[in-house]
Formats: sequence, structure tokens, C-alpha cells
Amino acid sequence: MKKKVMSFIGIGLYAVTATAGAADTHIRVTAATCYICHGPNGKSEHAIPGLAGQDRNYLVQAMKEQKTAARETTVMRKYMLGYTDAEIEAMADFFASVK
Amino acid sequence: MTIDRREFLRRSGFGLAATLAGLSGARAAAPSSARGARVVVVGAGFGGAVCAKYIRMWDPNIEVTLIEANDRFVSCPMSNWVIGGIRSVDELVKSYDQLPRNHGIRMVHDTVVGVDADKRRVLTRRGDSYAYDRLVLAPGIDFMTELIEGYDVAESHGKVTHAFRAGPRTALLRKQLEAMPDGGVFVIASPPPPGRCVSGPYERACMAAHYFKQHKPRSKIIMLDGHFDVVSKGPMFKAAWKKFYPGMIEHRPNNLAVKVDHTTMTVSSEFEDVKGDVINVVPMMRAAKLCDTVGVRTDSQNRWCPVDGATFESTAIPGIHVIGDSVLSNIPKSAHVSNNQAKICAAAIVDLLNGREPNPAPIIGSTSYSATSDHTAGPIAVVMRYDPKQKSYIRQPGGGASPECDELNFAYNLAWFENIWADTLT
Repeated sequence: MKKKVMSFIGIGLYAVTATAGAADTHIRVTAATCYICHGPNGKSEHAIPGLAGQDRNYLVQAMKEQKTAARETTVMRKYMLGYTDAEIEAMADFFASVK
Repeated sequence: MTIDRREFLRRSGFGLAATLAGLSGARAAAPSSARGARVVVVGAGFGGAVCAKYIRMWDPNIEVTLIEANDRFVSCPMSNWVIGGIRSVDELVKSYDQLPRNHGIRMVHDTVVGVDADKRRVLTRRGDSYAYDRLVLAPGIDFMTELIEGYDVAESHGKVTHAFRAGPRTALLRKQLEAMPDGGVFVIASPPPPGRCVSGPYERACMAAHYFKQHKPRSKIIMLDGHFDVVSKGPMFKAAWKKFYPGMIEHRPNNLAVKVDHTTMTVSSEFEDVKGDVINVVPMMRAAKLCDTVGVRTDSQNRWCPVDGATFESTAIPGIHVIGDSVLSNIPKSAHVSNNQAKICAAAIVDLLNGREPNPAPIIGSTSYSATSDHTAGPIAVVMRYDPKQKSYIRQPGGGASPECDELNFAYNLAWFENIWADTLT
């Protein structure tokens, strides 16, 4: 039990003290998982669309609609249900800023 | 021969490459205190190549050496399409030319024979020695052929192959199917999980059936499955078999192959002997022998490598990370997952070498497409989040396999091939 409590505190401390750099790393690595299907740096020349340079609000709306199934999807609904809204918004910021 | 830093810079054109990488790929990297730190990555498959690339992208001050035995990349994904005759074996073969040039990676084609973990050095067959601060092992899997009586001799005669490592075996199995008479029997014997690409044998049955339907319609496929049911995408595969290939594929679960006799072309399970004109036996797998030699293949069965899920650092030897199919984990073993593990490991190594704490709760996305014909495919997708309390990746709600295949997902499957190859090799 003591061990559990300690590790819980550990996570809390990380969340509280995490620098902008650590949060950036989480989003940068999570966004990089998208490159497998959506192309390196989010740039795709194939049937799965690219994400780089898309409008930020469009990306947020598209991802959240997939989460609530208001939009027809394939694997994307399965992905979006695994991400928090904060992660979705941060990933939209990330891809919108890729030139 | 020991290669020092000056020699490394001279050989790799490191200065120029580092400048280029700095201009192009490292936009988001934090100021680095890791200048001169050395990472050696062993194995340039979907895990190792990606890990080497992203360490350089995320901190171009780190020197990365990538050691790979083969001089060209051969893709296991899409190899079933070659077996089904809808792609050629040449399309699986890719060049390693761009990766080291684009990212300032020193690429060495040699075989690693050992690691001196105390002195932090990697030793190769040619007698070279590479110093590291962090080592990444991504050597893939070996096949436990010793568990199937007669397998090794059958394969040495060119009669039976697993074709679960792409290349000459893929071409051999395709040739065997081409030579098979109409009305012949193709036996696929597959192992229970865990292993590489658990949906592979079922996709292979689809691809072979697609070929038979056009050219040898009286032929039959018998699947001897070591598992109690179709391991992955079961409803989708069963529906596709019924719809596209009625009566052609017979799936026999709980039937682990234990023996093969190439003189009578018979596969035996515990329960039955099955004769085939073409026999494809996929043995059980384990992390590559190198992992055992190094001392990181330390699970209770000596099959897989236990790691810290946040950094992929071995729990047995500090400073050595293991990624890809070799890892002991509840996460599927696939190219897609290896790519994701590689990026998590790369980010953790960049943080560790810069004196920062790695992200304690990274996310892995797992996607796999399987083709069911030359124009249909279906996906599975799962998001898993690392829980440092439970020391395990926890499956997030909403994931799973699609129950049906369609043309849209075939187009996406093709895009997935192109984009994962580009992410791995450019």
C-alpha cells in the first residue's frame, strides 16, 4: 500500500512540476505516432490524408466529431476514444503549426 | 578495431549532416546538454531504424550509430500480398541510402556478436567495437523450430518454410503455390500468441484463396491453428472467407503443429495428421538470440525481454533498451507497434541523456490492416496508455477490430504501407 501511495504521489508530482518541455515531449511523441498512417511529419501523398498545416479548429472539430461518431470513420473513432480532449487540442496545435 | 569520436566524424560527414538535421528536423528540440553522447542501435527494421532517426531528429547533438546485418531493407508487411500474387517480391525490398544521409546517422553493415555491458561496448563479427552511453537492441525474433520435429530438415530440403521473415522464403512459398496443381491442398500451421503479426496467417489464407479462386478453383486451404480461435480480427476473417471463398478455407483451432515430414508432406498436430501439396509451418517465436547472449532475454520462459514500459530500458541491464518484437509485453508485436515503441524509446533516451525525467505515461497506438482480397481489407486499432503504477500498458476504451472489410480500408492499407516505409527509411 505504501508503495502504491508513493508511486501515486510520484505521478502527481510529475504532473504538477512537469515543465512545458515535458508536456511538449508527450504531445510530440504522441503526434509522431500519427506519422505512421498520415505520413512523416504529418505529410501524406497517399489515400490517408495529411495533417500538416491544416486549420487548427478544423482538426479539433474533425477529431472530436469522430469521438462522438457524428462523423463516419474507420480506425479514427477507435483512436479518438483513447485520447483526452486536451491531447486532441494539443495535437491539433502541433499539426496546424507544421509548415 | 575501436572507432573513436574523431574517426566517427570523419567517416560519417557528421558535421554537415548535423547542420542539415538541425535545420530540418529538430525544430522542436530543447537546448541540449547531451553533446557528444553516443547511442548505438542494433537492427534497422521498423523499430531500430525509426529509433535512430528520431533520436537524431529530437536531439542532433547525440551521435547515433545504426548497425544492421543486411544491406537492404525487406518489408514483412505486404509479404502476404506477394504470396497471393498481387505484388512482386521486389516491391518489398527498399534501400537504406536515404536514412543515414537525411539524419546524420552512421550506418554500419555488420553483425553484432556481443555486448560488454560493463565497458558499454558493442562487438561485431568483423572485430569492430562501438562505445555507447545508451544501447538500443531491435533485433527482431527467432523461430523455435526445435519444437517442431522434422522442421529444420524439411526446410533445408526447400520443402517447407515459415515465410514469416520476408525475403527468399516469401519467394519460395509463392513458387510452391504456383507449382501446386488445381485441386491441391495448402496447409498453413500457425502458432498460438504471443508472436509477430498474429493476423498474418489468416491474411495469408485470404491471399492464397484469392489466387486459387482465379487459377486453381478446386484447391483447398487447411489452417491448423495452435490457438483456440482466430487470434485477431476473427469475425472479419470468417465473414470474408464465407463471402469470397466459400468452402475453400477450413479453420481447425486447437491444433498446434508438432511434427512435419517432408518425405510424405504431412504435418502432425497432437490430434491429427494432415497431408498437403504445399505446407507452410510458422513455428512459435522468441526474442532473437542476441538478446539472450547479451543477457536481456530474462522472462521466466527465456523467450522475451522485460523492459520498463516508459523508457524500454531492460529491467536486467541498465543502459540497454529493447524495442520491437523482442519485448515482453501485452502489446501486439507488429511493425506499427515497433515504430511507436521506437519513438517512445527515442524520446526517453533524449531526455535521459539531457538529465531530464522521461514521460512516465506514454501512449502507444496499435493499428494493423489485413487484406482479404485484391481490393478489400479491414483494420484493427487500439490505443494503450502506460500506467507506471501497474507497470503495464492499459488498453483504452473504444478500440478493437472492424467486423467487416471494404475497399476504403484496402486503399488505407496501401497508404499505410507507403507512409510507414517513408517514416522508417527517409
